[in-house]
Amino acid sequence: MVDANERRTESRTKARDDYLLDIEHARRGYALNRMCGSLMHAENRSRFSADEAAYCDEFGLSPEQKHAVLERDWTAMMDLGGSIFYTFKLAMLDKKSMQYLGGVFTGMSTEEFIEAMQSGGRKFG
Amino acid sequence: MADIIWGLATSHVPSIGAAMDNHKTEDPYWKPLFDGYAPARRWMAEHPPDVAVIVYNDHANSIDMDLVPTFAVGTAAAYDVADEGWGRRPVPPVIGAPELSEHLVRELLDSSFDIATCNRLDVDHGLTVPLSVYCPEPGDAWPCAVVPVLVNVIQSPQPTAARCYEFGKAIGQAIRSFPQDTKVAVFGTGGMSHQLAGARAGLINEEFDRRFLQAIENDPESLAALSREDYVREAGTEGIEMIMWLVMRGAMSERISRVHDTYHVPASNTAAALALFQDLGDREPAAV
Repeated sequence: MVDANERRTESRTKARDDYLLDIEHARRGYALNRMCGSLMHAENRSRFSADEAAYCDEFGLSPEQKHAVLERDWTAMMDLGGSIFYTFKLAMLDKKSMQYLGGVFTGMSTEEFIEAMQSGGRKFG
Repeated sequence: MADIIWGLATSHVPSIGAAMDNHKTEDPYWKPLFDGYAPARRWMAEHPPDVAVIVYNDHANSIDMDLVPTFAVGTAAAYDVADEGWGRRPVPPVIGAPELSEHLVRELLDSSFDIATCNRLDVDHGLTVPLSVYCPEPGDAWPCAVVPVLVNVIQSPQPTAARCYEFGKAIGQAIRSFPQDTKVAVFGTGGMSHQLAGARAGLINEEFDRRFLQAIENDPESLAALSREDYVREAGTEGIEMIMWLVMRGAMSERISRVHDTYHVPASNTAAALALFQDLGDREPAAV
């Protein structure tokens, strides 16, 4: 079964078109975003890297959120209430760029995504 | 009395700051963007303000989901540069203008804008990149004091574009009623079209961006009339940041003139723009 979003994006990604961080989404993602936000501090990055699972537990992530973090499933993190501004701090810890994430969300390699941006960006409608 | 001398609208993409910090502004990727800034920078350097009122949004660095103010004003004497997770930008700390802040808070509350106040605020790229767009080489200190004005554009529902425009008008009135002789510049930051997450990541809508870039000067009402959904649909989930340009526009007089503008794709994952306007004022003939 292919849904409308997948057809529109040529089945290259499981991501929805948009992730709006509304209040309900923010509530669902609170623990995940708070954990990712904590990574702005160097000592927290060290503690996270030493034991990622324990660090997730400390912040009360749901099993699904914890799995998404440990697997670096960026689309699942967004589906579970993640905000790009918080999850990007985890990506930076991994030395992954916003272009890398753009590629993940759109089913492209980082190089393909950068090429699409340099060609004027992706068009819709 | 204080006077608004110019308004600057500019993108605040982190990588624009990183390009300056890492001396990459002459690289082929970045040169067209920074070349586009040059005429505006020359003009601004000749017209320095005493205080910059910078309308921006924090990006999960000082404001988290525990407390999300729709509108807030920094009231501190100084603001540290935020460590956003990859080290602080090598730029000077930001000096506040607490007397103007206090005046703005009181006047805005009297204008029925129930804003939050921030006594401690680490300022992130949303504020420091626009300062660097104005002043690329500050040395040990920025050339002006700053009043940070925060707008929630991250958590939905954001304030409407119309409300932002009205907020700007109230800020403009408040600045002009500040009793000290102070030259003020107003910055509206963020944008243009961009979306960071989801299947539409990488969205650029140049037609919408260019229409916005033109209308901000003489037809801001048409931009204020657009809904949140319009901004998200046309400019992307993060493109809604453009409503902060309307705060700047609202603060300025009806009579402004465009000094310079530039539009460039891409800056990282976004379309980037700059537009600089001189405030011609709605002044009465000089008093005798």
